[in-house]
Amino acid sequence: MDAEDLSLVHLLDQVNGARADRAALQIRGGNTKHFYGEAAVGAPLDTAALSGITSYEPTELVVTARAGTRLAELEAALEEKGQCLAFEPPRFAADGTVGGMVAAGLSGPARASAGSVRDHVLGMTVLTGRGEVLTFGGQVTKNVAGYDVSRLMVGSLGILGLICEVSLKILPISVATATLRFEWDEDHALKQLKDWARHPLPIGASAWHCGELHVRLSGARAAVSAACAKLGGERIEAAPAKRWWSAIRDQSDEFFLLGEAAASRGESLWRLSVPAISGPLELPGKQLIEWNGAQRWLRTAAEPELIREAAARASGHATLMRSADKSPGVFSPLSEVLMRVHQRLKEAFDPDRIFNPGRLYVGL
Amino acid sequence: MGQATLVEISCAQPTGDARYASLPGAGWCIILQMSSTARSEVLADSSWKQRQSEVVAALQGVLPREAILSRLEDTAPFECDGLTAYRVVPMVIVLPQTESQVAAVLKLCHELRIPIVARGAGTGLSGGATPHPAGVILSLAKFNRILQVDPASCTASVQCGVRNLAISEAAAPYGLYYAPDPSSQIACTIGGNVAENSGGVHCLKYGLTLHNVLRVRGFMVDGEAVEFGSQALDAPGLDLLSIIVGSEGMLAVTTEVTVKLIPKPLLARCIMASFGDIESAGAAVASVIAHGIIPAGLEMMDKAMTAAVEAFVHADYDLQAAAILLCESDGTPEEVEEEIERMEQVLRAAGASRFEVSRDEAQRLKFWSGRKNAFPASGGISPDYMCMDSTIPRKCIAEMLREIQQMEIKYQLRCVNVFHACDGNLHPLILFDADDADQMRRCELFGADILETSVRLGGTVTGEHGVGLEKLNSMCVQFSAAERAQFTAVKQAFDPLELLNPGKVIPTLHRCAEYGKMHVRRGMLPFPELPRF
Repeated sequence: MDAEDLSLVHLLDQVNGARADRAALQIRGGNTKHFYGEAAVGAPLDTAALSGITSYEPTELVVTARAGTRLAELEAALEEKGQCLAFEPPRFAADGTVGGMVAAGLSGPARASAGSVRDHVLGMTVLTGRGEVLTFGGQVTKNVAGYDVSRLMVGSLGILGLICEVSLKILPISVATATLRFEWDEDHALKQLKDWARHPLPIGASAWHCGELHVRLSGARAAVSAACAKLGGERIEAAPAKRWWSAIRDQSDEFFLLGEAAASRGESLWRLSVPAISGPLELPGKQLIEWNGAQRWLRTAAEPELIREAAARASGHATLMRSADKSPGVFSPLSEVLMRVHQRLKEAFDPDRIFNPGRLYVGL
Repeated sequence: MGQATLVEISCAQPTGDARYASLPGAGWCIILQMSSTARSEVLADSSWKQRQSEVVAALQGVLPREAILSRLEDTAPFECDGLTAYRVVPMVIVLPQTESQVAAVLKLCHELRIPIVARGAGTGLSGGATPHPAGVILSLAKFNRILQVDPASCTASVQCGVRNLAISEAAAPYGLYYAPDPSSQIACTIGGNVAENSGGVHCLKYGLTLHNVLRVRGFMVDGEAVEFGSQALDAPGLDLLSIIVGSEGMLAVTTEVTVKLIPKPLLARCIMASFGDIESAGAAVASVIAHGIIPAGLEMMDKAMTAAVEAFVHADYDLQAAAILLCESDGTPEEVEEEIERMEQVLRAAGASRFEVSRDEAQRLKFWSGRKNAFPASGGISPDYMCMDSTIPRKCIAEMLREIQQMEIKYQLRCVNVFHACDGNLHPLILFDADDADQMRRCELFGADILETSVRLGGTVTGEHGVGLEKLNSMCVQFSAAERAQFTAVKQAFDPLELLNPGKVIPTLHRCAEYGKMHVRRGMLPFPELPRF
């Protein structure tokens, strides 16, 4: 990315201004994930001007796009060539951007089989809190030159710097897919998923909710039809299945949205990340289980301590995804040693603490 | 590489010569290509010997006597790793057996400001485990226990010194395996794989080490226990696991790793296709990808490499072909049948002149035998070879091969080529005789030229072997001063005193200034306003 680029120069001016004033900046793309993380403070630093796909060569399986590029624009360009972002990032609204997708680091239903956003990031250009435009990683799949700084930025919620441009590994859209539905209780569904994981089956995604398990198969035609025959269940038509998975992916299903009624009952939406083999967590509230058991969404009014303890007992962690009250802390607390590394990394990238202060952890 | 000539010694301050890397510590500089005279000079250096006995005495307070090696005959095997041309007499080797001993050694070294170089099997190819002349080698060889293989969660927890292949062997009874398969997998350890983010033949489909590791347990430089990642698919906070993997032992010491295991494919079949010219072979690689196929492996060998391996393994390779592609499909029998058919159509359309699909496992292994023996076969046709490891965009493979042909003329040395074509990762093997100092010099220039060409084509100086000591100069080409300073800041966030494997990966400003005086970075000449002649 060219440091002389005018939109970049303008952003750099704002960054240098903030450094001089010791003022906070909140990095903003499409403002579709405002609800996520701790409170955003400071003057908005908009990435909208950093827009457009810089390079896309389907045979290289790499696309490079600037941070403010709409995710919808990127996905449309990929789909035209039969390719996709295999990690299925959630689209909370139409304006979501590539930079926001990477900074939030959230992945969708295919994560358990295809990997996460982080797994698909190959390189990045970052504007740091020192006012420097730096490039790490590259446009090739295998690259171990220097520390993997670009992947460190994924899910950092902007606390280390402004993501200017990202190169992503992309993959072909599966030749065949099929969705199967099973009427199973939580315990049985989790046991089946655990058993299937040990076999070479083309399971691309799974979601259990209210006594129903949906499984999406994807891969070669022969593999998908053989798996359909083997697993049984009820096959869902392609069009409704696609709509159903989109609602899970984009968290637009009513389960994920804390409406007024739910809020008045004091409910929050939690995301519990636990080893897939954990049995039922026995927590009060409504649950939606993805990633073959490794991601459990919980809508509940239960005490935060109860939820965090249950996640920790299962060797996992719990994130307060949506809530009227974030005082319990959005993310599970870190060990002392890891928090010290976080603080030093913040210092290393953003010594004046201008970028998204407190958005990941209060005080960081 | 074979036995390098042992030609040079200096313990002077850094001179700017590319072969000296100045290191923080006690004023010793690293010694490359050490001669026996050099070794005796170091050993005769009274200040070095005094420091050695002080460090040994201090270590005896935290380790049993037999876990500390300092006599020359005991330390000699640790003078180098797989990059045998670069050797340093290690001051002390420690071989702890428990995590609490590791912690105690780190704490002590931190207090005494002694550099630490963690070491696994020592198979690395970039000098990542080359000793520090004023430091301690922390050998983790005794951490070789498989702690748990859990078929239910498809994970294994192993100590860092467990060999890569041993994990798959332990998982085999459950129909599972650990996917990353660097060619040294019979010997290299998982701790070393974490340090280098090792790859292998199947990376495009199955990922690198990072994509197959869930959790790393270990110690910070001051001996404090730490855990990166988790047993779940992610962990709260910054993704520190991403930066630990591939950090070449410079950020923390790994003692235990939890890896993902995946079901072993029921079947694998391989296509061997010949091409009459390298352009059509390169285009065939792009065409496979363009047709939406992600092969389990896609490898290329050029004509000279094919001739070398045929003489070595007698696998009936096509000696007339300008390039041979090995294209593999794995999965269920139905998947493989469908994919092989699609691959065949694409490769034939791309102009394959000879074409064969493995009928059974024996024939598949025969197809692979030459590829797997590319390095020893090269050792058979030349006294020494230098293995390069850059990555370029796939579309540039043919162009790169043409450039290498020109370099063979320019440097008057032969080069045989084997590529992980699937991900554009090149392993050109430059053939030379290290007994001939001028050949050694031309070989280094040839290698640097390949790396710089790779960066110019949009690639990177190392795909899977790491920077270590070997590619310090090339880092000056790929990264700006500000980017390198940011690497140093990251290092200091974990290790403020820079005691873990100092002098590796990040070149000093001085070194880059010397190396970069006339080098071109990302198409921009330094000081473009100056006239050039």
